[in-house]
Amino acid sequence: MIENDYRNEIRFCGSGGQGIIMAAIVLAEAAGVYDGKYVCQTQSYGPEARGGTCKADVVISSKEIDYPKASRPTLLVAMNQASCDKYFLDLNPKGLLIVDTTYVKKVPTGRVAALPFTRIARQETGNTMAANMVALGAFGHLYKNVTAKSLEDALMARVPKGTEEVNLLALRAGMDAAKHLDLCALPQLVREEEV
Amino acid sequence: MNRTGAKRKNILLMQGNEAIVEGALAAGCRFFAGYPITPASEISEGMSIRLPQMDGTFIQMEDEIASIGAVIGASLAGVKSMTATSGPGFSLMQENIGFACMAEVPCVIVNVMRGGPSTGLPTHPSQGDVMQARWGTHGDHPIIVLAVSTVRDSFEITVEAFNLSEKYRVPVIILSDEAVAHTRETVTMPSPEEIKIIDRIKPEMPPEWYIPYEVTSTGVPPMAVFGEGYPYHITGLSHDVRGFPTQRPDETDELIRRLYRKITQGFHEIQKIKSFMMGDAEIAVIAYGSVTRSARQAVLDVRQLGIRAGLLQLVTLFPFPRESVETVLNQCRAVLVPEMNLGQISREVKRVNQKDTRVTTYNRVDGQLITPEEIYSQLIQMK
Repeated sequence: MIENDYRNEIRFCGSGGQGIIMAAIVLAEAAGVYDGKYVCQTQSYGPEARGGTCKADVVISSKEIDYPKASRPTLLVAMNQASCDKYFLDLNPKGLLIVDTTYVKKVPTGRVAALPFTRIARQETGNTMAANMVALGAFGHLYKNVTAKSLEDALMARVPKGTEEVNLLALRAGMDAAKHLDLCALPQLVREEEV
Repeated sequence: MNRTGAKRKNILLMQGNEAIVEGALAAGCRFFAGYPITPASEISEGMSIRLPQMDGTFIQMEDEIASIGAVIGASLAGVKSMTATSGPGFSLMQENIGFACMAEVPCVIVNVMRGGPSTGLPTHPSQGDVMQARWGTHGDHPIIVLAVSTVRDSFEITVEAFNLSEKYRVPVIILSDEAVAHTRETVTMPSPEEIKIIDRIKPEMPPEWYIPYEVTSTGVPPMAVFGEGYPYHITGLSHDVRGFPTQRPDETDELIRRLYRKITQGFHEIQKIKSFMMGDAEIAVIAYGSVTRSARQAVLDVRQLGIRAGLLQLVTLFPFPRESVETVLNQCRAVLVPEMNLGQISREVKRVNQKDTRVTTYNRVDGQLITPEEIYSQLIQMK
């Protein structure tokens, strides 16, 4: 989906410490360095090291990027309830919401790809810290402008030394989980009254 | 174009801060002293990893006052030196920046601007330190201030900052902001042959003939490396050509005027701007730093409506590039100056506006980057 726009805006959001920015960096590296697109990755967070709402934007484009942030993301990955509530209103009505149902219990729309990323991470890798890579894997499966191989290579280059195995396992678990989703069954638009 | 899977040569995904590190190293910087502060810490971090690999020196000092002191000392010993900080640390550095101006010590100071005053908004961008960069230290002093707007030009402008600093023996301040510093973009790294590097002029005469603050035609005296047999006196007091303190009006006047003259004589080289769609422009945006990015987008968007808009990006903020700005003011009916402060460069634009060109300001001080839509709607109102 969403392949034709020359400018794709993507947002990852959650709580500080969930690896939101790392997921965005791996995506930017995969699309930019490996797939040769123009990319811009920005983030916004508070002064605290853990907790608080955190968001990371990735803009992927076939042209040079001026404004570096996502103003109307077409893909929003929400890793907790607070950030989902906060950033859902920014989502493009034609866009897709992707949520971690481990923490997002109240999903604001029917046009959603809902998977329990944190639970999958715990089950498949034994480490909930890898939930961000599960989410990125699922995202990568749904977003056709980045290849699985680029994501894997970028992940190996970017994650901390010694955690490559766990993270790669998590990424692949996310990709597999997303294969069971049927996007065609979703409503075409986020309904007006929701946005 | 779409070669998938293989890592591209020379293309890197990096932050503005990392590009500044690479730019400094490419320019020949081999000494860094600093104290960590958000959003400039990645520069220290990068330097602490990269400098030891290149036989350079990295020191984390006890505070910002000591950091700039160490940088001045290292530069006097002949090493290209840099420090990086943000608003609160930049305030602490001011006294020693004045010393570097007075003693004519080349050095580069990066200020990654965040919301202020005081501790302000540590993780959000602002452009509130523009006038502090120009007039932060006391006394009449010349200084060069450059502003970066993208990751790529963070690299290029850092190289330029070192070149200007070495050539004119003056501290150069690089103003970045949180939005540029923490944005990651792909950059194609230039090869070392493509990078032009300028080094300070060293004395060629024997040590006993060396006059450290000699009045030369360019206003820039040759600079001896401390410890290489050219003993001379360095002071922050008004000094004569030999570097010794003086209170004589004629010598003081000559010194201060020479400090200014060396910059004004090089004005055409120092004044750096980038024009975008200015050829037939009737209205213009004058912007610098990260706001430039939004302005470019806005200019492209209003051009779709047939509005002849253009953009003048100021790379050099001080000495204020009045020639380029005056040209734009003469050409256009109206000019918009969007800034993430309550109007610092717009005052300079108004100061040099000799005609009745309308100068409109658009300001944001909430820690958010000005968006293309905001500039777009301002331009439509100016049509």
